[in-house]
Amino acid sequence: MNEKPTKEQILGIIAKYGKAKEQLLAILLDIQEVSGSNCVTEEWAQLVAKELDLPLSKVFDVLTFYAMFSIKPRGKYVIEICNSAPCYVSKSEEVAKIFQDILGIKMGETTPDGLFTLLYTSCIGACDQGPVAKIGDKVYGFLNKEKITGIINEYREVVSCQK
Amino acid sequence: MSKIVKLISANCGKIRPDSVEDYLNFGGYAALKKAFNMEPMQIIEEVKKAKLLGRGGAAYPAGSKWEQLYEIEESPKYIVCNADEGEPGTFKDKLLMEQDPLRVIEGMTIAGYVFNSHDGYIYIRGEYRDLQKVFQAAIDNAKKEGFLGENILNTGFSYNIHIMTGAGAYVCGENSALLNSIEGKAGRPRIKPPHLAEVGLFLKPTLVNNVESFANIPTIVTEGGEKYLSYGTADSGGTKLICLSGHIKNRGVFEVPFGVTLRDIIYDPELGGGMAEGKKLKFFHLGGQSGPCSSPEQLDTVYCCRAMRNAGLSVGSGAVVVLDESVCIIDYLKKVTEFFIHESCGKCVPCREGNKQLYLILDKLSKGEATENDLALMKRLSRVMAKSSFCGLGQAASTALDSCLKHFSSEFEAHLNKQCPAGVCFTKKESGE
Ligand SMILES: Cc1cc2nc3c(=O)[nH]c(=O)nc-3n(C[C@H](O)[C@H](O)[C@H](O)COP(=O)(O)O)c2cc1C
Ligand code: SF4
Ligand code: FES
Repeated sequence: MNEKPTKEQILGIIAKYGKAKEQLLAILLDIQEVSGSNCVTEEWAQLVAKELDLPLSKVFDVLTFYAMFSIKPRGKYVIEICNSAPCYVSKSEEVAKIFQDILGIKMGETTPDGLFTLLYTSCIGACDQGPVAKIGDKVYGFLNKEKITGIINEYREVVSCQK
Repeated sequence: MSKIVKLISANCGKIRPDSVEDYLNFGGYAALKKAFNMEPMQIIEEVKKAKLLGRGGAAYPAGSKWEQLYEIEESPKYIVCNADEGEPGTFKDKLLMEQDPLRVIEGMTIAGYVFNSHDGYIYIRGEYRDLQKVFQAAIDNAKKEGFLGENILNTGFSYNIHIMTGAGAYVCGENSALLNSIEGKAGRPRIKPPHLAEVGLFLKPTLVNNVESFANIPTIVTEGGEKYLSYGTADSGGTKLICLSGHIKNRGVFEVPFGVTLRDIIYDPELGGGMAEGKKLKFFHLGGQSGPCSSPEQLDTVYCCRAMRNAGLSVGSGAVVVLDESVCIIDYLKKVTEFFIHESCGKCVPCREGNKQLYLILDKLSKGEATENDLALMKRLSRVMAKSSFCGLGQAASTALDSCLKHFSSEFEAHLNKQCPAGVCFTKKESGE
């Protein structure tokens, strides 16, 4: 259902960064973004390793070190709820509960239709708007039940329009 | 003394962030032009006179750092701007990069000129990917107008700035881990010495400063070090961007001169404006998760690096998280410790295992299962972690705990007796770990 990128697309991303080893993080983030499943598969990790002339283990070292990467498929939209102390005291756990109730999944899980994954994240630098969540690069602040319902509906609509 | 002084946030919200024209209209690039007519060492002297203390958390004197790098002869040298901003409760570098990126660029360019460096790197955390685009646009426009790139303003000096992205790792804010990450590796800290001024990025001499530190450089160059110093206190020059969050009325970023009091910060109507929901102030957490917590008795402490240190507090990143009486100290510390467990890079035992053990004891406290022995163990563990962790993350992970043990020992005692003064523990079911 979620489109997989072509090999050419991946090579294009690597070329955009001039095949530079120090751009590994940027390359992997871009690949993850177009992956359709919010992860970097072994297939693409191998391709990156080959193109940048790095051992595969180095690529996996990076993929498993940084929190933004996943090597396992996730939902099309990863919802990350900030759970660091400033948001926690602004009731981030209530926000997490609302998301879980609406989506019918627990934290760490993905909805059966493959649309949403729910995760906690460390501070995303929007503590003045807490409680906050991030979906892709977009940050949603001052969350409450009404807003969360709106956000979920918005993403569902985008998807049904794409069909 | 006025409680708000706008030196480095003056343009924020007033100019188009990527517009060189707007920036020039607001006095931008006057400092770079002036700098080109100064000797590098003269500029360093001004930074020293300004008593600019690093704004990334450690408050290290920028002038001394610059002088040390200047004395090293090897080249090339690299300029690195730390925009990892991972300390929970901190969002001031974001403001500068989002609303006045050219000021940061100008500061980095002056540094480039001082060290005859041709490449500057700004490492922006992955969570700020949107902002990376704004910053790139500002770089591109500066280049078009001749303020970056080859032969800047016909001086013969060439300098470029490269944006590097993070991908979610708090430890990468530690300066040596930052350099590893810029090199495209996992961001585990390096052993020091050698210092980064000697062996830094790509093993070359390197300057690492925080976004806000660089943003201050143009002001110091235009106004002079002495004038800059006079905005603050005798030991902490200038102003500080503070980030207010938690149970405070006015959340957000504010620029204050060093020398205001903590009371001003929290209660002044132009700053924090007091508590959000009319509840009582219980404590506030300063400088990020790795900083100490402060009790209301310390409200009259002067906000400057020395006075804060003397009071056992710290300016740190500028985070001020305000907590009201509904918060339980133990429950709060569990959250803090959870953060460090998650962010520990796992390289050394005291941090990797220590934080987990601290959490277990805090958890026991919150369930009324802890004993005096546990408390003693916790204190010892905290000492061991502070003394033997490999990098600043583990060394500072128990700072908040230590400060709470000092100011709120009765609350720890109460939990030993299965009582939670805030009514948080023993009543709610754990919502899963
Ligand atoms: C675990 C850890 C995280 C840090 N995170 C940051 C950060 O996000 N931003 C920052 O500027 N400095 C951070 N620092 C401090 C840097 O190591 C370094 O001192 C700073 O970037 C130097 O710049 P300054 O002197 O201008 O403050 C961190 C330090 C540690 C130990
Ligand atoms: S203290 Fe040790 S385990 Fe913790 S982040 Fe630093 S190097 Fe890694
Ligand atoms: S603590 Fe949630 S955004 Fe900073």
